[in-house]
Amino acid sequence: MLAHHLAIASDLVTADMVEAIEFPHLSQKYSVMGVPRSVINETVHQEGAAPEPMLLERLKEATTAD
Amino acid sequence: MPLLDENTRKQVKAELAELESPVNLAVFTQTFECQYCAETRQLSEEIADLSDQISVDVYNFVNDKEKADQYGIDKIPAIAVVGAQDYGVRFFGIPSGYEFMSLLDSIRTVSAGRVDLMPETLAFLDGLKEPLHIQVFVTPT
Repeated sequence: MLAHHLAIASDLVTADMVEAIEFPHLSQKYSVMGVPRSVINETVHQEGAAPEPMLLERLKEATTAD
Repeated sequence: MPLLDENTRKQVKAELAELESPVNLAVFTQTFECQYCAETRQLSEEIADLSDQISVDVYNFVNDKEKADQYGIDKIPAIAVVGAQDYGVRFFGIPSGYEFMSLLDSIRTVSAGRVDLMPETLAFLDGLKEPLHIQVFVTPT
């Protein structure tokens, strides 16, 4: 999974795969309706299995967002 | 009763045949009140049986709190896939279906300790100044 690869490439990145059905409170917290849904630093969301360039855009959003 | 059938075990063994260095699966479970804890532990042990490079350590989420804190585990079942260092690769919930392939992939990648990413991504990661936490929500398919 791309997110895990990012975690391996950087000491600052951690990546979780979360099984939505077992953690309904988290699915609710992040409004997970369709999967996969990626949540970056609590604030930025990405629907679907995004290719690397698209995920990179989200990562940039998450790190410049206030 | 094994979770992986004979065919799957053969395939997984082949996939893991070329691991370059050791990988540890740190599994966090609890005796009671955890829906898939036992299966997650069993699955991890069955995978570890298929490769000399893979070891499993099973921790109790409540009794082994320092370990849980060390690995940043806040919910269970959980698997931390650890290689030469802890890269922050985690699985929460039983890794079945699509997650199972991702688990195998992460074992291989953690073992190799290197990844294939776009130059732009690597440049971004190099310039990163703050922690990034990515949570990918999935369902077993």
